[in-house]
Amino acid sequence: MGLLDQKFGQGGVLVSHVDDLVNWARLSSLWPMGFGIACCAIEMMGAFASGYDLDRIGVFPRPSPRQSDVMIVAGTVTFKMADRLRRLYEQMPEPRYVISMGSCANCGGPYWQWGYHVVKGVDRIVPVDVYVPGCPPRPETLIGGILKLQEKIRKETLMTPEALEKLIARKKGAAV
Amino acid sequence: MSAPASFTTLVALLQDKFGTGIVLGTDEAGMPPAVLIAPDAIADVCRFLYEGEQTYFDLLSCITGLDNGPEAASMEVVYNLYSIPYNQHLMLKVVLPRNLPGQSLPVVPSVSSIWRTADWHEREVFDLVGIHFTGHPDLRRILLPDDWEGHPLRKDYREQEYYHGIWVRYGQERLEDESGKHQ
Repeated sequence: MGLLDQKFGQGGVLVSHVDDLVNWARLSSLWPMGFGIACCAIEMMGAFASGYDLDRIGVFPRPSPRQSDVMIVAGTVTFKMADRLRRLYEQMPEPRYVISMGSCANCGGPYWQWGYHVVKGVDRIVPVDVYVPGCPPRPETLIGGILKLQEKIRKETLMTPEALEKLIARKKGAAV
Repeated sequence: MSAPASFTTLVALLQDKFGTGIVLGTDEAGMPPAVLIAPDAIADVCRFLYEGEQTYFDLLSCITGLDNGPEAASMEVVYNLYSIPYNQHLMLKVVLPRNLPGQSLPVVPSVSSIWRTADWHEREVFDLVGIHFTGHPDLRRILLPDDWEGHPLRKDYREQEYYHGIWVRYGQERLEDESGKHQ
């Protein structure tokens, strides 16, 4: 999709695929849920704050899962947190995305062996779209992850919405 | 206020009050010096040290739970006391027999009625090491979820396989001798 500001000289008419328009709208306003669970959250806050200013690419933390598009799991997920995290994810409206930020959320991190209390990867609870490596990842790395997610959303199409496909598959599975 | 009582005086005070059978051992070179107390008497001893004019241990700095493992077959609870007016430290220890799988947890009287701070310390020892404190007002797990299985800081602890449908371990491996591992 071309740059919008170069299209306005053509009589105010804009021709585009609906897919492109919707995807562009979605990827340009990725509102993450405003929560953090360990030291990664400090780097995430740093990315939100004026130094890196994620608001310039439309990323703006929301105080409620019902207003959020993406969940950034920034930190160590304990089993005590797991139920809560799953509930928060279920409260988010579709389309929803998950960024797993940092080693702990990716695979358990330094707690992989003796951390009896740590979920060894948040993908055991919720489906993850993008994994951001690091311990903790610097804000640039998180921004890289968000750009990666934008790339993913840019390729989506309304004709085969993934969420709907999953739902149909689940319905079929239940019927069988 | 007089000078702090020496360690030998403290031990003598305890023996005068509770009889000689109560002090099972001493370690004067310890940092701080330590007294090994008979488990059943620990709450009374603490009450005495807390209220006594010559002792006045008004602060409980820490409670530590220890598991010495199945071979040693013993567990310990360590109390670190501090007297603010006398600027004096004292360590009390109790040694308990370790429970075998299927048996009830080792038991020691609670000191939470003496120092309120013992409430959460004892809950932590209960949660992670598995020692029961009788007379505790609210002995629940403090860190782990209520429905967690086992006490993770035990030497022979092996985490459960699933928690609320989530695979707990890193890999998919299962131990051969899985049965009987949980305490």
